[in-house]
Amino acid sequence: MRHLARNLLSLTAGLIFGFGLALSGMLNPARVRGFLDIFGAWDPSLAFVLGGAVVISAIGYIISRRMESPVLDATFRLPAKTSVDSHLVIGAATFGIGWGISGLCPGPAVASLSFGIPSTIAFTVAMVVGMFAHDRLFATGQPRQVLR
Amino acid sequence: MQQTYLQSLTGGGLIGLSAAVLLIFNGRIAGVGGIVAGAIEQASPERLSRVLFLAGLISGPFLYRLCFGAWPQINVTTTTGLMLLGGLLVGFGTRLGSGCTSGHGVCGLARLSPRSLTAVVVFLCTGILTVFVMRRFGIT
Repeated sequence: MRHLARNLLSLTAGLIFGFGLALSGMLNPARVRGFLDIFGAWDPSLAFVLGGAVVISAIGYIISRRMESPVLDATFRLPAKTSVDSHLVIGAATFGIGWGISGLCPGPAVASLSFGIPSTIAFTVAMVVGMFAHDRLFATGQPRQVLR
Repeated sequence: MQQTYLQSLTGGGLIGLSAAVLLIFNGRIAGVGGIVAGAIEQASPERLSRVLFLAGLISGPFLYRLCFGAWPQINVTTTTGLMLLGGLLVGFGTRLGSGCTSGHGVCGLARLSPRSLTAVVVFLCTGILTVFVMRRFGIT
């Protein structure tokens, strides 16, 4: 029963996320690139997306800190690593270059599959290939998450 | 113009709400990069709930169309060849750097994680630099 509830919750959370992306303008690669173009015709509107998202997400995090366990599961699963290392910096730098080239990141890439635009579908397929390449060639085998 | 900002703020708030309910109810971080990789690569009991999250994510724009009677505006200014390169870099970088705009940006910053703050600053800088260089040299 709890299992079913967890799955329904995941589906709902995904739907809210995708609707939020569509409303926010993040699904438009040209606008994302306009947001990154601070030395050109800068479009600052997408800063409000991150701002709004972080504030609500932080309220959720504060609530979760006061809970023994999640409503539908036994434990919280949080990222295991806590210190900054070279993988983080090189990975984030690589991610940023790809984001700047395309104007897409993983959430919008998946959500925009619904439009059936060939170039964004191509992006999403290449993204999955990139993930596979990393996980097959460079995965450390260390757990990515800890339980709380 | 003001409406654009309000839509961005509201859309962002909904993304944050999604992250909040996923954490409070399921105890999971809403990092889309990690969810995609996990859904495709790991045959774990978690897989179904990840696939369902992604199904919801893809349905989001349909819900938008249902509410507003039109698709959100999409303009792709980058050629397909460069979109493929961008996709490879985003996928590889997300895994090496343990997160993307949602995992580090939305969830990590909310937890005041030093790793996520570092990642966000780094990917914003390289993203800004990339757009600058492409515009400077007329690369599309």
